Amino acid sequence: MDVILEGLTKAFQLLASLDREVLGIALLSLKVSGLATLFSLVIGLSVGTLVALTSFPGKKILVSVVNTGMGLPPVVVGLFVSIMLWRNGPLGYLELLYTPTAIVIAQTVIATPIVMGVTIGAMQNLPANLRLQILALGATRVQLVWMLIKEARLPLMAGVMAGFGGVISEVGASIMVGGNVRGYTRVLTTATVMETGRGNFDMAIALSVILLLFCFAVNYILTYIQQRERPR
Amino acid sequence: MTQQPNLLDLKGLRVDRGGVTVLDVPSFSLCQNEFVSLIGPNGAGKSTLLLSLLGLMKRQTGTVTYRGSAVTSQAQWLDLRRRTAMVLQEPLLFDSTVFDNVASGLKLRGLGRAEIKSRVATYLERFNLAHMAQRSARRLSGGEARRVSLARAFAVEPEVIFFDEPFANLDPPTRQALTEDMDRIIRDRGIAAILVTHDQSEALRMSQRIVVMNRGSIVQQGTPAAVMNHPVNEFVANFVGMETILEGEVVSNRQQQLAVRVAGREIDTVGDEAPGVQVYCCIRPENVTVTVGHPEEKSSARNHFQGRIVEIAAMGPFLKLRLDCGFPLTAYVTRESFTELALYEGMEIHASFKATSVHLISRRAA
Repeated sequence: MDVILEGLTKAFQLLASLDREVLGIALLSLKVSGLATLFSLVIGLSVGTLVALTSFPGKKILVSVVNTGMGLPPVVVGLFVSIMLWRNGPLGYLELLYTPTAIVIAQTVIATPIVMGVTIGAMQNLPANLRLQILALGATRVQLVWMLIKEARLPLMAGVMAGFGGVISEVGASIMVGGNVRGYTRVLTTATVMETGRGNFDMAIALSVILLLFCFAVNYILTYIQQRERPR
Repeated sequence: MTQQPNLLDLKGLRVDRGGVTVLDVPSFSLCQNEFVSLIGPNGAGKSTLLLSLLGLMKRQTGTVTYRGSAVTSQAQWLDLRRRTAMVLQEPLLFDSTVFDNVASGLKLRGLGRAEIKSRVATYLERFNLAHMAQRSARRLSGGEARRVSLARAFAVEPEVIFFDEPFANLDPPTRQALTEDMDRIIRDRGIAAILVTHDQSEALRMSQRIVVMNRGSIVQQGTPAAVMNHPVNEFVANFVGMETILEGEVVSNRQQQLAVRVAGREIDTVGDEAPGVQVYCCIRPENVTVTVGHPEEKSSARNHFQGRIVEIAAMGPFLKLRLDCGFPLTAYVTRESFTELALYEGMEIHASFKATSVHLISRRAA
């Protein structure tokens, strides 16, 4: 019991004193996962919309692949990105391994199928005749796509939430491609793993509390938007 | 009607689905100010025809001409859609306020903010929606949602409006109110319209022309009275029913006791219609009594006409008589009565029916 109590007390001291190292790790996590979510939104939304609104041979297979990708194990992504970025790998010349950029790449790979899968689902769940109605209202192709995205915005937001939640709490890929380099690629999850291994429960708890707060804050904001947009 | 120029023309339309032709319409047209109803069973191709006219349906062949010029390029289709409006069976409102919904067509056309505001206000007012302008579209009842979808369609001030069963699944009073609102605006603004409907009285009330469709083709078209009273084949006859539908005009209304002039004769009936109103008198064949010679006893039937049997057709347990009383009339008689009265084609008879068995539908003046 002492371990927990002591850990909690010290953790809150660290948080209250705005410990520089803790803050740095937290900010890096936010930046890396935020960027990854943003990129996955751009790729996932555009490709997902395209897939949902067109028909082509092999569409079912592609959608199944994307849906499988929604549950991509981070370690597998970490392995794959590591190989790509390895010194002798195809993208080795970029010298990105063990940089924050590498983490952003890996997390983008993890979050993109989530956003894409949710986009496809959300678009296909819209009433079948909505497209016809929008076109009949005098919409151009571009206006049509924009209006459909607007109509699907609530499930799309849920997709973004799921994507961000997935990457900020992910540890496997970050540790493999980032390397947990102190002050450079150390993020909340990788630091928590390391501190726990060392028996520094106070630090680990402090980091976990911040992680939880992030998850909560993001979800709270998005939930708030959802409820404001759609009053009962 | 025919002297007016055609607004919309369709030639050689064929639509295939999975190798099967689901719609084959050699030609169809719509005149300025004309109201046409498409009726027919499910799967007849009514909706497909409607969507094809707006280029919203993949078709094998077929050209659409609007005001004399062929619609072929994407830009021309867009232009056509921006001069028309469509109301589908589901309201399909956007997840936004009532105001934004009614404004949506205008925003797509890139109208200025001030103009959108005033135009939306006008149509909210016309459809009795002004008090709920800021309400979320998700919080509307079924009837209110239909009202909004109608306001959205009319707000773009279309030259032609397409309705695909816009009032299906609505309770009769709501349906009645919406039909009246819609009809008023269409007349006021001289909008041409095509209505897909299952409801015959709706078709009768509003259209100048009825088009009957079955299995992807147009089976018959003509004025409501022509289609209803002279079906070209068994299918149309069964589909439109055997009711006699007579065009008439109310000549007097004394405490809801109406006299309606039909083909130079007067039919007594009951209703609220004022003198001068154009109506259809609908008389079901089972309500018509046929007697031979002069009726001896007094009867409660207010309408008695001298007539002649034009045609006799067997309909299972009873016979269908087509009568000519100066206007066409259909009557059913049982086989027993038929034998007893010794009826034959060409025979002079007496037809009577009660004033209360005449169903009145007011109609648009042609």
